[in-house]
Amino acid sequence: MAAILTAKGVTKRFGGLLAVNKLDLEIEENSISSVIGPNGAGKTTFFNCVTGFYNPEEGRIIFNGHEIQGLSPDRVTRLGAARTYQNIRLFANMTAIENVLVGEHSLLKNNFLDAVIRTPRFNREEKSAVEEARRLLRFVGLRGIGDHLARNLPYGAQRRLEIARALASKPKLLLLDEPTAGMNPQETNELTRFIRDLRDQLQITILLIEHHMRVVMDISEQITVLDYGSKIAEGSASDIQNNPAVIEAYLGRGAATGLKTTKVH
Amino acid sequence: MTAKVQTGQLSSFSNKTLAFDWKGLLRIGLIGGLMAVLVSIIGMVETFHGRDIVGGVITMGQTVLAGAIFVSSSIAASRNSSHSRLSQILGAVVSGLLATATLGILIWFSQLVNLRPIFVNISPSLIRILTFEKDLPGQLVPALGLLLAYGFVIGLFAGLLYVAPTKMRKAVTSGIIWVLVIGLLGELLRTLIVGKPIEESVSWILGTRNQKGVSVIGAAVIFSLVAAFSTLSQMFGGRLGSQVQARKAALPVNAQRGLNATLLLVIFLILWQLPQLFGIYLSDVANTVGLYILMGLGLNIVVGYAGLLDLGYVAFFALGAYTMAVATSTAVGAGRGLILFSLGLTFWEALPIAVGVACLAGIILGIPVLKMRGDYLAIVTLGFGEIIRILAFSDFLKPYIGGAQGIVKIAPIMVAGQNLTRPTELFHVVLIICAIVAFIAWRLRDSRVGRAWKAIREDEDVASAMGINLVTSKLLAFASGAAFSGFAGAIFATKLSSIIPGSFGLLVSINILALIIVGGMGSLPGVLVGALALVALPELLREFSEFRLLVFGAVLVGMMIYKPEGLLPEETRKLELHEPEPGELQP
Repeated sequence: MAAILTAKGVTKRFGGLLAVNKLDLEIEENSISSVIGPNGAGKTTFFNCVTGFYNPEEGRIIFNGHEIQGLSPDRVTRLGAARTYQNIRLFANMTAIENVLVGEHSLLKNNFLDAVIRTPRFNREEKSAVEEARRLLRFVGLRGIGDHLARNLPYGAQRRLEIARALASKPKLLLLDEPTAGMNPQETNELTRFIRDLRDQLQITILLIEHHMRVVMDISEQITVLDYGSKIAEGSASDIQNNPAVIEAYLGRGAATGLKTTKVH
Repeated sequence: MTAKVQTGQLSSFSNKTLAFDWKGLLRIGLIGGLMAVLVSIIGMVETFHGRDIVGGVITMGQTVLAGAIFVSSSIAASRNSSHSRLSQILGAVVSGLLATATLGILIWFSQLVNLRPIFVNISPSLIRILTFEKDLPGQLVPALGLLLAYGFVIGLFAGLLYVAPTKMRKAVTSGIIWVLVIGLLGELLRTLIVGKPIEESVSWILGTRNQKGVSVIGAAVIFSLVAAFSTLSQMFGGRLGSQVQARKAALPVNAQRGLNATLLLVIFLILWQLPQLFGIYLSDVANTVGLYILMGLGLNIVVGYAGLLDLGYVAFFALGAYTMAVATSTAVGAGRGLILFSLGLTFWEALPIAVGVACLAGIILGIPVLKMRGDYLAIVTLGFGEIIRILAFSDFLKPYIGGAQGIVKIAPIMVAGQNLTRPTELFHVVLIICAIVAFIAWRLRDSRVGRAWKAIREDEDVASAMGINLVTSKLLAFASGAAFSGFAGAIFATKLSSIIPGSFGLLVSINILALIIVGGMGSLPGVLVGALALVALPELLREFSEFRLLVFGAVLVGMMIYKPEGLLPEETRKLELHEPEPGELQP
């Protein structure tokens, strides 16, 4: 399978701080991959570099055959990447369905004049857009709350709505930033299943940042571990679990040696 | 909330009859008294005393005073909401007494010390108003007694009203409000009907020509009619309203649209006929309101939809007006009050140029501020507004745009060979343009463009990540807002046939922003209501213009505390057409 996202030597600095350090990464098409690492390891910064929020100082990011480093977020979205946020960032004072409709923005063509005159193109496009938005709300299990303001939705529904909004732009790559944060075990299990279904049904690639190790080990085909901005390990779930560098990054050197010794005994 | 109610119930169990929050009561009563003292010593009571609300009985000055006491008593009653009804009424009475006692101290003090060197407004006539025309100092004790009795009555009334059943309370309040409104605007209503056959038949309500406000019988009739209507509408109105709604919802979508369109058309036709009723003065006020509605609609796109706080919005108004002036003025030459150069166009030829120039200015301003947010954007646009005003005043541009003297002889609007110079004729043009602009603003709201603006307002970064091009979207908002304002400016110039730079001050920008806030951010009917409340009302009550800004500020503060979303907040559009069923909101 071909890689849909390739990062080569990506570096992002904030003043003297190296947030992402010469990161190389390859994400295969149609896979579910995870980026993990302790707090402040540069995971979200890397997401921000991919989605155009940040412009990395060095390196190249190739998405679906296009070099995207330095492009504005709307351009990256038009090329087929969509994301959700660590702290939910919905359009709080718009209804759920309007949120999804904004997600469809890049697929719609009607402009200022179409809107004022209500050309046939406008009517046709709006009608199918609303239809599609309803379908997406049903798909993520939010049937019947489309007309509620986003800020009034319960937490879990907001997470789902954010995913629906991201899916609305028909992305090839979906970046999920800690999708299970703040969820209880049952919700977490359901979401894990949902993410797998997403990939299977929509044939999209999913890259997630996640702290729930069970989720990560459960669904990821490839895991990349970051620490202090650098990649310290890469591989399948079992590779990562036994990697001493990873254990050291999470628990400290003593723990890593301790674990090794326990294993020997 | 629940916890509060529960403790309330507990305390009313333990202390059944009279439980007071004495400290709170004292505070509220004193605040009410200080409010009454304040409106007295700044001269409001005395100035407003000249205006009768109910002829010969109640003046506006007394209303303001009574209002201050009434409000504090009502608050006192509501503070005791967890207690028994008796203590609520008593609380209100005590607060009313406290408030008038504070006022009494002012009166007593004014007899001991000459306060006038500091508070110029504490005149003998003010004291006479406050003491119900008693002669001081001889009758000081009876006067103060009367004042306390007055506080007692108002407090009792406020308390009784608070514990009264909701229907009755609503009926009485709306009755009083209508009497106040009609009494206040009585003079105006009389000018509408002077010399018409209807004058004789309503004179028993509005009083004779030289009377102000309504007559006593008129007040009683208005009060009972409104109270009766309010009671009836509360009993049957809700059901009737929901029935009408249900009937309407049952119709097919096209029929619903047809119904709405017919309704709007009827409203439009009624408005079209208004100048005949209004006469020249009121039509002129209506035109001013219309211009503010135009600008409000434009700023509503920039601030209400796209969330870009623009404090220099008057600049585009000025550009529209000046472009119209330079394009059409016939006062060309090298002398005083003349400008060197004019295009010599007619109004209709110049209108697209004026709108275009304002639109272009919107884009030019927009480009440098694309990356700015919130406060920074507000400061830059504020500066932009000032730059335009100072340029208009400047000697540098004086030969071209007249400097402080402005430009005269601006072309009138010509329709079918006739010049529309009278306000009654101009009204129709303003109405049509307002209708068109409101239509555009409404259509934009529910489109891809409108959604993109709203998304930018909510979260600019995320909007960008949704594929929204921030540059074009923001510039489009600035440009269309500026264009609407340019429209208003062009009509403003031709309406006055001359312009001076003094008309384009910062206060205009603030006024427009305030009318949007009062009406409700992002709401189209809100712009209309806001313009009526903040432009028409002050215009109609011009004799109180001294206190205009004070009242304005107080109203804004009150709005921000009690109704921050505005009088008519933005509605959310129903798109899913599906009522949530129980249990459906589950993962």
